[in-house]
Amino acid sequence: MTEEQIAFVLEKLALVGVMIGFSLAVAAYSTWAERKVAAFLQDRIGPNRAGIFGLLQPLADGLKLFSKEEITPKDANKFLFILGTALAMIVACMTGAVIPWSTAFEIGDRLVVPQIADINIGFLYILGVLSLGVYGIMIGAWASNNKYSLMGGLRAASQIISYELPMGLTLITILMMTGSLKLSDIVAQQQDNFWFVILQPLGFLIFLVCSFAETNRTPFDLPEAENELIGGYHSEYSSMKMGFFLFAEYINMFISSTIIATIYFGGYDIPFVNDVALGEKIGANWLAILHFASLFGKACFFIFFYMWVRWTIPRFRYDQLMDLGWKKLLPLALINMLITGLVILLMNN
Amino acid sequence: MERITNRAKQVERKPMNFWESIYLIAIFKGLMITLRHFFMKKATINYPEEKRPFSPVFRGLHVLNRDEEGRENCTACGLCALACPAEAITMEAAERLPGEENKYREEKYAAKYEINMLRCIFCGFCEEACPKDAVYLSQTVAPASFNRKNFIYTKEDLLIPHPKASK
Repeated sequence: MTEEQIAFVLEKLALVGVMIGFSLAVAAYSTWAERKVAAFLQDRIGPNRAGIFGLLQPLADGLKLFSKEEITPKDANKFLFILGTALAMIVACMTGAVIPWSTAFEIGDRLVVPQIADINIGFLYILGVLSLGVYGIMIGAWASNNKYSLMGGLRAASQIISYELPMGLTLITILMMTGSLKLSDIVAQQQDNFWFVILQPLGFLIFLVCSFAETNRTPFDLPEAENELIGGYHSEYSSMKMGFFLFAEYINMFISSTIIATIYFGGYDIPFVNDVALGEKIGANWLAILHFASLFGKACFFIFFYMWVRWTIPRFRYDQLMDLGWKKLLPLALINMLITGLVILLMNN
Repeated sequence: MERITNRAKQVERKPMNFWESIYLIAIFKGLMITLRHFFMKKATINYPEEKRPFSPVFRGLHVLNRDEEGRENCTACGLCALACPAEAITMEAAERLPGEENKYREEKYAAKYEINMLRCIFCGFCEEACPKDAVYLSQTVAPASFNRKNFIYTKEDLLIPHPKASK
């Protein structure tokens, strides 16, 4: 290998490490934020004992989960039982690979773009990995040899398959407008023009609803309905294995918030500012940091939005969920696609 | 059918229009309500640091009272035990010996006085029954314990400190 190639591999490895570490940290503090937001929305003040504002709460929770007794049911398939929770976690960590976090940093004379893989199939990768995510839940649910878990797994599977379709269709409208599946292209196009949330409000709405379903967040958290399925797909899981499932959910939430921000809210674009002119004024590194802060801020808003919705809307009934997915969102996504096509055709003539 | 009150409300059963049936407006309204609560004053009281004042009629743990000279008021008449619906109070009486006049107010006193806090329902009947104003329910909550034995409060636990000795 040449020196250039080694440097490339090292850079990407470092990025992978930073990316995973960062999403783990965000996920850990999402659990804290979830409890704080839940408390605030219910006129309580939430965790405030561990550290200032309860900021050490994630550490305490982690310690608790690690020190709890770990039980594997007697009749469970041991290999798959462990694989399920591991798969959920791995897949959750994988999705973030294609997100462009900001413009390039200048380190020495080297330009480092904080994006692990700028592939031409960014969209497809996200869709593919997201649908893999359900395997963790399904395998875990099936392997625990518990009827309720199995029901939870079944629900998760059919829910994610149902909502994958409208999600894919709305992404196709974005593809029609940008002509590229590359996430960095999509961000670049939004920097000069309008954000896609303005051009595609209906598409954004459908995508948002589908993301709720894909991340198993309320009101689409049917895989874990405790009043009808005991605990749902993770009934038989204990200690950190259970923690992994919950943690994966929070990572998914973070990544999907970032994806929403990237596709519909201009990614790392700073609103109302000419980024290139700003970059010449303050230097590439500061611009990259501001870009990153912009994307992270948008993502944080959507994480908050996920929590906000969770404590506002009750869970769907299962047939209503299927109704919404197949009879409402799918036709809507198709109509949205047709309208987009029509507009593009008229504009080109 | 004849109405009993005028409070009955006619339920609207007309089908939802388009905007109602997509629920988005209703969801948005709900979100605004929860967001308002985000900024509201919180009802939480940080318990060990902040304590909520009890109502003046709150009935907590018992105390056995002394008079202003520090003599025990209780004469072991047993009326409190008799009045107790949960039969939580037991006592043994003893006669005051010469030289103990500064310790007990009357000729008879309680050598043993026990309240089983697991049985006690904090009704306050003992307080009402006492002719000597000896037993009172204070503003303290009964503390928790891991051991059943700790819930039997003896005379030493109940007796308030000597007014002169505590100074």
